[in-house]
Amino acid sequence: MKIKVILACCLTLLLWNTATATTLKMAFDADPISLDPHEQLSEGTLQFSHLVFDPLLRWKQDGKFEPRLATRWERIDNKTMRFYLRHNVTFRTGNPFTAKDVVYTIERLKTSPDFRAMFNTIESASIVDQYTVDVHSTYTNPLLLNIMTYVFPMDKVFYQGRDQIIKYGETFASRNVSGTGPFIITERELGSRMELKRNPNYWDTKSAGNIDKIILTPIRADSTRLAALLSGDVDFIFPVSPIDIERTKRIKGINLVTLPSTRILLLHMNQKRRKEFQDIRVRKAINLAINQALIVDKILKGYAIPAGQLSADRFLGHINDLKPEYDLKKALELMKEAGYEKGFRISMMTPNNRYMNDEKVAQAITAMLSKIHITVDLKTLPKAQYFKEFNNQSADIMMLGWQSDTMDSNNLFEFIIACPDAKTGLGAYNASQYCRPSIDNDIRQANREMNPERRIRLMQRIERTIYNDAAIVPLYWQSLIWAAKDKVKIQDIVNDQNYPHLGDLFIEE
Amino acid sequence: MLIFLLRRLMQACFVMIIISVISFAIQDKLGDPVQQMVGMTVSQQERNQIREELGLNDSFFLQYWRFAKGVVHGDLGTSYYYKEPTLDVILEKLPATLELAICAIILVILVATPCGVLAAIKPKHILSRLLMIVSSIGLSVPIFIIAILMVYIFSIEMNLAPSFGRGETTKVFGLWESGIFTKDGLKHLLLPSLSLAIALMPIFVRLIRAEMMEVLQSEYIRFAWSKGLSSRRIYFKHALKNTMLPVITVGGIQAGTLVAYTILTETIFQWPGMGFLFMDAVSRVDTPLISAYLIVVGGIFVITNTLVDLIYGLVNPTVRLASHGL
Repeated sequence: MKIKVILACCLTLLLWNTATATTLKMAFDADPISLDPHEQLSEGTLQFSHLVFDPLLRWKQDGKFEPRLATRWERIDNKTMRFYLRHNVTFRTGNPFTAKDVVYTIERLKTSPDFRAMFNTIESASIVDQYTVDVHSTYTNPLLLNIMTYVFPMDKVFYQGRDQIIKYGETFASRNVSGTGPFIITERELGSRMELKRNPNYWDTKSAGNIDKIILTPIRADSTRLAALLSGDVDFIFPVSPIDIERTKRIKGINLVTLPSTRILLLHMNQKRRKEFQDIRVRKAINLAINQALIVDKILKGYAIPAGQLSADRFLGHINDLKPEYDLKKALELMKEAGYEKGFRISMMTPNNRYMNDEKVAQAITAMLSKIHITVDLKTLPKAQYFKEFNNQSADIMMLGWQSDTMDSNNLFEFIIACPDAKTGLGAYNASQYCRPSIDNDIRQANREMNPERRIRLMQRIERTIYNDAAIVPLYWQSLIWAAKDKVKIQDIVNDQNYPHLGDLFIEE
Repeated sequence: MLIFLLRRLMQACFVMIIISVISFAIQDKLGDPVQQMVGMTVSQQERNQIREELGLNDSFFLQYWRFAKGVVHGDLGTSYYYKEPTLDVILEKLPATLELAICAIILVILVATPCGVLAAIKPKHILSRLLMIVSSIGLSVPIFIIAILMVYIFSIEMNLAPSFGRGETTKVFGLWESGIFTKDGLKHLLLPSLSLAIALMPIFVRLIRAEMMEVLQSEYIRFAWSKGLSSRRIYFKHALKNTMLPVITVGGIQAGTLVAYTILTETIFQWPGMGFLFMDAVSRVDTPLISAYLIVVGGIFVITNTLVDLIYGLVNPTVRLASHGL
């Protein structure tokens, strides 16, 4: 009798074990605004796309491409690239994934206001056979593969005919979803909760990922998010505020993972608003007076890399010897030479809830500039109001953070450095009003240059010119900081773009 | 009475119109909603097109007129983010806020009344003095510090209660998503309602104490003592009854503070109620939702005030409202 009871107990325990699902509870600062992957080009949307959809190819942690729904690709001619697709993949609805879905998705991306800027260099996509697609670009495009990482094939049969993209209204695609990704949405309460379960038919059976269920709660407040992790209510959070890092590190059972990102923070000195900024000596002096290393050390607690240029070091335009300089004496001399020994008064605006510790950084810069007798009237605004002011170029100095969508320097140059041109959209974020036709020429060339060596030279030439002209003030590349319980092995799945590949996340039991 | 009622209703309408104009007028100052809807690389031209489609380029009066026409038909606009009628979005979040507020109020009544009475009956007692000190500290400490401390002590250190969210909810009567019928839901309710209650409590303790002390000086209490009634009967039946009248009045006025405090509490505890919704809408520049929230909350105020006035009239007919200059 006793043995029977023990046996029964063991059996229940065994069954119990297999029955419990591995659940990941995570709290990020934002959730996707829509289930339509093409409605907004934002971090939240792309994180979501990696969960529910699957890209043709994606970036690995080492900055190389990893085949996903496309198993391989080859160049056919100057303007054509052929993608071979994975067989036996199905969408959530059960529809098989084929070439038609890829073509459909690329065509849809070309109509999306947010993705159009990137996809207008793609002329068309055509079906070769059921599992082969040709992508034709309008001109020879060295970044075609980078752009293709944004193609998350959508189920054509499911979406077609009800696929319009509206930013402010309800659409079929913003409420219903069918992808091939590792997870399927089971419940969603906009802005407060999203639940996903593992896709039982997911093609990647080799993946180490063992999560059966994800519960995502967006928590905006830094302290609440951290408290949720420390109290054990969630397993994985992003981001961790720099002031909390030391404390978090000391706590047992919590694993903090940081990666330098490619997002550059910089200051624009508006040359149209201030004649002083037209003088290169003044711009140089400002650059020399700002101590990036100190800001990173004291305000960002070391969780950033001081920058002397725009391109992060994994970008082609990066030049190793362009380091941030700090030389107060030289700065004062330059100011004197330029005839501003007594300095002047300027206005400066920065956001106060967009970038890591942005307000404190701005205050530090104000203090640093006062050392060369530039008095700064600082105004900081929440991001909702800030970017409106940024577009109006309402202050003499404005802060901007930029992450290259294509993981390439040229994207930075096009938006931040090129001469502003409302028609082409170039220089849309050039609040310096800095304009140098030779740079624009190089940008255009780099967009078509297929030879990597020549391309590197072009982009480094741009970077060098910006540096010599002191066109802007590069500040730093801020780090991404995640934290999770020790048993959640996030270090293998996070990346510098912050699209964690949760499908591959392994949790120790 | 009827004239008073009509006048009061007209007044209420007038106030609501002013609230709607103001809440509509500030929209422009909150930021650019289109900025929040599009990615960084979307061109100015496309942004303008979206603005045009949303009617944001029209004059203020035209926009307000359109809005007012909708309001008359019960349509407070459509949220940019939720893509649903704003009123529906708000009403969906209302139960969570109501549950939080009601729990806090119950806690306040249960704790503040005995504390206030004790402090009044035995003002020299060490406990009373302690109560007074604690309550004056409570009055001056902001609610978010209380809330953060509670999270630190009860969820991080002691692991007694969850730090955020509403937990498991069940549907009651098919329309009310409630958390108070599940163990998990109650656990989640604990910290937010407690910190809300703690924020409101000191003022009530002090108020009850002051009122009670005054009542205890009055003739009829002395008479009751001389009649030899038990102290329990005197304190809790005769004195407390008269103490509570002004306390309830002040309580009504404190409803405003309660709304403000729920916004803070809900933000800290990620409580999915109206206040959290409002803060979220502000950061997303979801202007239709912001306006609708202000109007709904304004409406709640106007209705409560009107009701309080009416009840006054009914309770004490000597307050001749019709000729009260109202």
